[in-house]
Amino acid sequence: MGQNPQQLVNAQGESLTVDQAIENLRQTADTGLRYYAAWWLGRFRVAQPDAIAALVSALEDEGDRAPDGGYPLRRNAARALGKLGDRTVVPALIQCLDCDDYYVRESAAQALESLGDPQAIPALRSLLAGGVAAAVAVPDKPHLVQPYNAVLEALGTLGATDAVDEITPFLEHEVAQVQNAATRALYQLTGQATYCDRLVERLQEPNLQLRRSAMMDLGAIGYLPAAQPIAATLAENSLKLIALQGVLDAHLRQIGFPQRGLTDEARQVLLLMDELL
Amino acid sequence: MGATVAELVRAVEAADSKGAMVVAVHHLAAAQDVAAIPTLITVLGYNNPGAAVAAVDGLVALGQDAVPALLEQIDGYNYGARAWAIRAVALIGDPRALPVLLETAKGDFALSVRRAAARGLGTIDWAKLPSDQAPSSQQEVLNVLIGAAQDPEWVVRYAAMAALEGLAKALAAPETQKPPILACLQQVFHHDETPAVQARACRALETLGELADATN
Repeated sequence: MGQNPQQLVNAQGESLTVDQAIENLRQTADTGLRYYAAWWLGRFRVAQPDAIAALVSALEDEGDRAPDGGYPLRRNAARALGKLGDRTVVPALIQCLDCDDYYVRESAAQALESLGDPQAIPALRSLLAGGVAAAVAVPDKPHLVQPYNAVLEALGTLGATDAVDEITPFLEHEVAQVQNAATRALYQLTGQATYCDRLVERLQEPNLQLRRSAMMDLGAIGYLPAAQPIAATLAENSLKLIALQGVLDAHLRQIGFPQRGLTDEARQVLLLMDELL
Repeated sequence: MGATVAELVRAVEAADSKGAMVVAVHHLAAAQDVAAIPTLITVLGYNNPGAAVAAVDGLVALGQDAVPALLEQIDGYNYGARAWAIRAVALIGDPRALPVLLETAKGDFALSVRRAAARGLGTIDWAKLPSDQAPSSQQEVLNVLIGAAQDPEWVVRYAAMAALEGLAKALAAPETQKPPILACLQQVFHHDETPAVQARACRALETLGELADATN
């Protein structure tokens, strides 16, 4: 795949061009157009400087407000910036971790994870303040006080080895997805396979949401021994394929593909993926 | 079990929860009886993925007998049912489904449906097509799969690689049609942005004897 967004646009049958999308994001009259443009720039990986600048200024938008007081445009802008690989935006995303809107904080934490810049670690750790005791649900909202899943996952990916003691208690958090996120982070930070085996066991849970969550975590950390259990769990093929892609990607990086050829393990994962298409 | 197909059909019609529906459809699918086809197809239109998966399994097990009714369903307006029916014909591999698979792989808006259709194009049972039609039909499949190799979604490109491998093994006119397949596989192997897709292209080249297998 080339990096020519114009080509992707045509393949998708979309009528936006890069210039139009940036213009749509800059104007302030139509919030719907701005919201869509922010998503679009991320989707088509438009990483040119004027797109980045427009997305960063959208992180401070005051115009687009949800009925609950949230900032929909900021959420989309943060998500888009996570996809564009430009680390100059890290300080602006760190600012977003203080936003009143839970979903802006969540999107920012996820974007910081994708950008892979360890300078975000202290700000992410501060969201764990108070530990499990403080990690309670917000009354009348479908979420906890902080986006713990996203924060824990980001700390794992960013290699926050100093945070292991703060993360470990979250293995016992009452929400299973939070436990999974802590498990995943601790595997990444310690390399101990026992953490992954906890996640593999979760693939047998009767609850579909928990199976999905464990599967996506195993894919994200790229735990090769999980390939067969992921393929066998009861869940949608689309999600299994994404998880297996994660497992395969991690293995391919490890073996030096494509300079080096495939291994039998890689061929085995490909076979599992073929069956799910 | 000993229940007749009519009883199994009634059990599906009487199911009063999503779980009960899944179980009833499993039983009906397991009967492997053509009389179950209309009911299995109706189930594809209920918004119940577990039951739809069971119905697809049952229809695929019935093979070509289920194809005419499935193609009729694909013409219908229920989008969910259409997607499941496409999955089923993609898995059956009957060449009567070629037009719909070609159309779907080219332009359906749901990536999981494009993915299933692309895969299906690689597993067509070409022996069921009159031999003089194979080269031109295979050329159409080839063109669509080479287009799918540029799809914005990695999983569709992945499916296209698997399908090109299948097609390359079944060509009626390999002297003209194999070179463009190999060129496409090489291109994706070296240049795709997603390592899993590169790996699938690499595997296809290995299988077709175009790459030295590093470990064997």
